[in-house]
Amino acid sequence: MILRRVRAAGWGVSATALGLLALLLWSVVYPNVAVIVGSFERGLADWKEFASSPADLDALRGTVIVAIGSVVAALLVGVPLAFLLTRTEFRGRRVLSGVATLPAALPPLVGVLAFLFLYGESGVVTRVVQRMLGMREPPWTLSGLTAVIFVHAYTMYVYVFLFVSAGLERYDTTLDEAATGLGASRALLLRRITLPLLTPSLAGAMLLVFMSALGSFSAPYVFGGGARVLSTQILVSKLNGALGLAYVETTVLAVTAVLALLLLRWLEGRRRYVMAGKGRITRSGLRSPVARALLPAFAAATVMLLVLPHAMVVLVSFARDGAWTTQLLPPEYTLDNYRQLAMDRELWRPITNSVWMSVLATAANAVVCFAIAYVVVLSQAPGRRMLALLAALPWAIPATAIALGLAATFDRNAPLQLRFLFVGTFWILPLAYFIRNIPIVTSAIEGSLRQMDPTLEDAARGLGASRWLALRRVVLPAARPGLVAGTMLAGVAAVGEFVASVVLYTHSNRPISVEILAQVRSLSFGTAAAYSVLLILLVLLITVGARWLEGRATQTEPTVNAA
Amino acid sequence: MTGTSDAVLHSAPGALVLEHVTRRYPGNPDPSVDDLSLTIAPGELLALVGASGSGKTTTLRIAAGYETPDSGRVLLGDGAAAPRDITRESPQRRGFGMVFQHYALFPHMRVEENVAFGLEARGVRKADRLARAREALDAVGLSGKAERSVQALSGGEQQRVALARALVIQPRVLLLDEPLSNLDPTLRQSMRDELRFTLRQSGVTALFVTHDQEDAFAVADRVAMLERGKLLQVGTPETLYHAPATRAVAEFVGRAALVPAERMGERVRITIDGVALDARARHEGVVGGSALFAVLRPESLVLSETDDVPSWRGVVVGRRFAGGHVVYRVTLGNGAEVEVMGDGAGAREGTRTGVRLADVPVAVVPA
Repeated sequence: MILRRVRAAGWGVSATALGLLALLLWSVVYPNVAVIVGSFERGLADWKEFASSPADLDALRGTVIVAIGSVVAALLVGVPLAFLLTRTEFRGRRVLSGVATLPAALPPLVGVLAFLFLYGESGVVTRVVQRMLGMREPPWTLSGLTAVIFVHAYTMYVYVFLFVSAGLERYDTTLDEAATGLGASRALLLRRITLPLLTPSLAGAMLLVFMSALGSFSAPYVFGGGARVLSTQILVSKLNGALGLAYVETTVLAVTAVLALLLLRWLEGRRRYVMAGKGRITRSGLRSPVARALLPAFAAATVMLLVLPHAMVVLVSFARDGAWTTQLLPPEYTLDNYRQLAMDRELWRPITNSVWMSVLATAANAVVCFAIAYVVVLSQAPGRRMLALLAALPWAIPATAIALGLAATFDRNAPLQLRFLFVGTFWILPLAYFIRNIPIVTSAIEGSLRQMDPTLEDAARGLGASRWLALRRVVLPAARPGLVAGTMLAGVAAVGEFVASVVLYTHSNRPISVEILAQVRSLSFGTAAAYSVLLILLVLLITVGARWLEGRATQTEPTVNAA
Repeated sequence: MTGTSDAVLHSAPGALVLEHVTRRYPGNPDPSVDDLSLTIAPGELLALVGASGSGKTTTLRIAAGYETPDSGRVLLGDGAAAPRDITRESPQRRGFGMVFQHYALFPHMRVEENVAFGLEARGVRKADRLARAREALDAVGLSGKAERSVQALSGGEQQRVALARALVIQPRVLLLDEPLSNLDPTLRQSMRDELRFTLRQSGVTALFVTHDQEDAFAVADRVAMLERGKLLQVGTPETLYHAPATRAVAEFVGRAALVPAERMGERVRITIDGVALDARARHEGVVGGSALFAVLRPESLVLSETDDVPSWRGVVVGRRFAGGHVVYRVTLGNGAEVEVMGDGAGAREGTRTGVRLADVPVAVVPA
């Protein structure tokens, strides 16, 4: 633990801090306040309508069920898989751990699309099962809250898996040895030692799943069927012109999210321990011969299950639009879907849109979030606590709510009220992406800066370096891993963003995700899948680019680390 | 030891026997533990010493049951005629206590819960186990800290909690992995005495791993020295110091300069720079005629100011006050550096001096 010795802020840093505070108040707080104010525009009328509307109460109930159900489902999949892969050695382990995080690489809407192709009423798996059982009707319908939770289990178990795996990697296995040495059975060991010590990891993952599921839009939008959740209900109200009601729904959703955040944070913080020993992973072979025989088969099946959605999207991207009706698999294959995208300027436009908008948003994130992290971690500027809080806020507010806030605030030019007309222009989406990604980029950079020995900056200044030189030669290299990782995640999120986009887009700046939905709506599955594949490739490109940057950084820069 | 006494010892309750134990790790051509045999008598405190990588921790983990040897047996005397083979018994079933290097205290439990955990695993009722945990904490001088969080304790206190936790289950054997290595030097001195006292009081059979020879000498009844998985010598601290079996033992234990020597019957002759000096030889096991080294410890040499008696010539290159005496570092004519115990009068750095053998037996080891 480093004792932070932070010098009093100079006027330059203080001014920067105030500027950043103003920026966040304007972009993060103001729109949400506008939503809350808007919900009272007709007095309590909209609130009364919300409280007496069966559809809205149903949506609130549905939202909570989906959030809790997703947490439970993600835990059921993620925890055993994390234990299996970090603690056990078996044939196929490497392959399985290689693909275990694959669902996270699917942009939200693409994952939903893949599930539609696989498990939807006319999906491949559905039809296979139907034929095998000789049924007239599909064996299931992928709709309603159960379907939403099912899709979430696939896309969100990754959070649990990653958090618990990381927790197990840091886990001091001598604690388990100590417990077994003292005579503890497996059950006692798990109940009294292992699980309590993993509580921070579990709570962190549960928080992430809960928040994501609470604000989830794509799955309920596509698979919801008759079931309602708040995030989609907001869009319905807005499209119906019931803006006041949409504001109430948004406020309720945001308040639920913030309350859940506070509750889970409290749980997470209550148990935090320092592991004294060296974390050491020892994978043991299995003793039971039955398990030894079954595990590789289980691993193979899981790998299939995880790869299938990706494979399906790729397959369908080569299917001729309109040809796939009642067959098990698409009957005709063609390159036309891709050819059309490349040739038709209108069809290519969503791709350039997404790339440009995410580049702009992410560049802004890099600059602003570095400045925030610097002020929060390395200075004593006034208002830095407030700054840290505001920078984390967009994370707690579901994307639909952020989008609606922007729509409510920036729908007119009123410079005296600090309102500008962005709605209907190109700029509204980059602004939305920028706001949504502030928390992730800031916390990544903060993480790196906290590992830096703060006396290094003092040392540089003591050697006569200007603040600027110290920043460039000492602080920036230290922040670099977080900066690269954070902007990578932000870029990936922005290029595939759907939820805020679908609320705010106009035809001219429609991003890939919105176009995918439009193609699905017009039953052009092949084209939709081709877009999805391009989106996946973009995500891959960003990830590989970041890895390359990161690799170069570690080769050329000595690691700046505290003792 | 003779065969008969061995058999009696093996089956006595609490005796722990390692028999031709070998353990190899995949990817490492040399075994970590190589055909090691060792008997720890009931109630004995035996220290395993050696440099890092000598196999001492692996040996301990085999004794504890966290590792299974590739060959060889682990036996536990339980009073029956023949000792019981526990080589493949799980750690849970062995009923041994273990003190880990970093103590492995459960960070989410209070001190008393930590100590009571082994009793919890044995199904002891809560009130009883907490009462017994407090007794165990009393025994290690931590009466007032039962309700503290373990993370609020100092290193020395954590060490004592770990010891209490291991002892409260009344283990048949206690295993300690570098229990003193995490303590600062001053604390370490006092904890050595305390550890020996507590272990003696409990009467438990203890196997204690350390890389620090001083820890081993201060705590253990007997010391076993390992090098690259092999047992070099086992004996009392006095035996290892005065009669080391090999060069490695002589160099590891205490301060010593090893110089070539010849055996002359009961005596040993050391020739440096053409000056030959004789002393009584200590070790009986070494056959005459083979190449030998004499083990010159500071107390086996004295400075010689006069030229009346034959002595080796050298220059004082350093001096160190060591409590009751002063130790001089002297470079001899042939370049060898020896340490010589003296009274501190005269002899400053840079002065020329003579060095001769004191009237004590000198240990010799095979070259």
